Amino acid sequence: MSDRIFGVFGLLLAAFYLWQATQIELSFISDPFGPKAFPYMIGIVLAVASAIVVLKPDTEPEWPSFPRLFEIGMATAVMIAYAMFLKEYGFVACTAVAAAYLSWRLGAAPLSAVIAGIAIAIGIYVIFHLVLGLSLARGPWGF
Amino acid sequence: MDTLASLADGFAVALTWQNLFLALIGCFLGTIIGALPGLGPSNGVAILIPLAFTLGLPATPALILLTSVYYGAMYGGRISSILLNIPGDEPALMTTLDGYPMARAGKAGEALAISGIASFVGAFFATWGLVFLAPQLVKVALLFGPAEYFALFVLAFATLGGVASRNQAKAAFAAALGLGIATIGVDGQTGVPRFAFGEVHLYDGIDFLVAIVGLFALSEVFIFLEHRAGGSGADGAMKVGRVIPRWKMVRETVPAMGRSTILGFIAGVLPGAGASLGSFISYTFEKRISDRNGTFGKGDPRGIAAPEAGNNAAAGGALVPMLALGVPGSGTTAVLLAMLLALNITPGPLLFQQNPDVVWGLIAALFIGNLMLLAMNLPMVSLFVRVLLIPTRYLMPAVAMISFVGIYGISGSTFDLMVMIAFGVLGWVLRKLDVPLVPIILGVLLGDQMEKNLRRAMTIHDGDWTMLFNSWLAIGLWAFAIVGFVLPLIVGRYFRPKIADEPIAEGADPD
Repeated sequence: MSDRIFGVFGLLLAAFYLWQATQIELSFISDPFGPKAFPYMIGIVLAVASAIVVLKPDTEPEWPSFPRLFEIGMATAVMIAYAMFLKEYGFVACTAVAAAYLSWRLGAAPLSAVIAGIAIAIGIYVIFHLVLGLSLARGPWGF
Repeated sequence: MDTLASLADGFAVALTWQNLFLALIGCFLGTIIGALPGLGPSNGVAILIPLAFTLGLPATPALILLTSVYYGAMYGGRISSILLNIPGDEPALMTTLDGYPMARAGKAGEALAISGIASFVGAFFATWGLVFLAPQLVKVALLFGPAEYFALFVLAFATLGGVASRNQAKAAFAAALGLGIATIGVDGQTGVPRFAFGEVHLYDGIDFLVAIVGLFALSEVFIFLEHRAGGSGADGAMKVGRVIPRWKMVRETVPAMGRSTILGFIAGVLPGAGASLGSFISYTFEKRISDRNGTFGKGDPRGIAAPEAGNNAAAGGALVPMLALGVPGSGTTAVLLAMLLALNITPGPLLFQQNPDVVWGLIAALFIGNLMLLAMNLPMVSLFVRVLLIPTRYLMPAVAMISFVGIYGISGSTFDLMVMIAFGVLGWVLRKLDVPLVPIILGVLLGDQMEKNLRRAMTIHDGDWTMLFNSWLAIGLWAFAIVGFVLPLIVGRYFRPKIADEPIAEGADPD
């Protein structure tokens, strides 16, 4: 079933891609092939491959239970929040929080997760910023 | 003898303190990356590329660093296979079959030593193979016109989909998805934006480094979150024992190493096969010809020597098409290709002519790196064993954060981080659905070149399609592509690693 859904999704994606390809505006300079032809070819391969997946699905993969899916969703949310707040609060603070969260969810006890988060943040900051001179997001406290 | 002279020049390039130091760091990091379950050559190198890039290393040193990591990871994968029965990366899967029984019999140290020597033999002779085969391939490649190149790219996708994946339709889907992603952005030839939806960030296209780190490294974090593999391997902390093997044991395994090196190298050179297949073929072949007393699978040293020589030889072999043609044969070489493209170097025949210092410096560094790895992996192996004690609950957050640092370091753009997270989730879903990730990466990397060559061929011949097949070289490539894609469908599951059909492969790292 998963494969059929995936295949249908692939067909929709291919249709959308092909439709968008027709919308590409041509400019006054062009080669005999043009900017549209290659996307058309890709779109067709995408559609054919998806159709085959719909018709001949594999065995069902083992999807995680709902709590596990929720776990992945939460981790994604934390990462998105990390990316958004990075410039505002700086690298060290954001990284400590995100790394502590991930470490906690991967099974560390809360206290050791917090320590691990701080250690990872400071460790990366020291190695990559202080030693190697990589520019990291600077927060309101200068790090 | 041109080749040897070039190689000598290469040593002159590689033997600077900076390059030696980078090779040492690379070998060390690589061994650790290979040894840690959950980190393999492709995602290890993927995380390090943005870093090497932002550190502003020039091409040769950067490449030396990353290929040392690549070779190192091939060595390191065996450590956890032998001690914990968990392959450190996918190519080391076959090493568990005889390595773990040997370790349980109290011969862990000898198993590590034999596999270390086998790794060295495989990698060393494969590097010689690279030295002699790559220039020959370059000579052929110089005859290629745009039409032949287009056929070559099709060939790479076809064999990758045909040989290395279980479901050809899904491999084709993955390749098309990757190529589709590559078409996003302003068209290089006419200057019109494609699939940009008016979003300024998309005009430049999607940075392949962002896609690679997301697909390979972040998706691994999600896999671990899903299974919450919180425990470390520490419970199996084994005594390593003597790390110098008896001479008799080494002598017994030499023929196995020799045969496996040749098989592994060939598997590596073929596009789409890679190191996992190299170690699989070597092990099965060795088992078929020398397992007379049924000792394979119960701790036969030859059962460790064969897959380890095989996967290291394949790692060297996979560099041949990557350097000489610009078409990678495996996941990790695709990632290395990304590194070259990020540095504005296009591999292929012209690389050998215009930047011989890069090519030969790299090859010389591989020889040096191999010696370093042998030294690290025989006497110092206990050091790496200790690294295995890091639990994943601390390791994976660090991996995720270093991925963010690398991508942020390139552009400082929040948008890129978001795209990377999206690729991470996409990678996780596709892995669950058993869609291979390597064709996606290959598509993203090669899409631009592929289209450029196709359109160039069409421009030369004024849009005549049949001209794609107008030379024997092109026809040969097309034929090979069709055979590579169709034959595995017919011959079926005969050539494919059986173990890869089991669910364990889902979380595995594409070599």
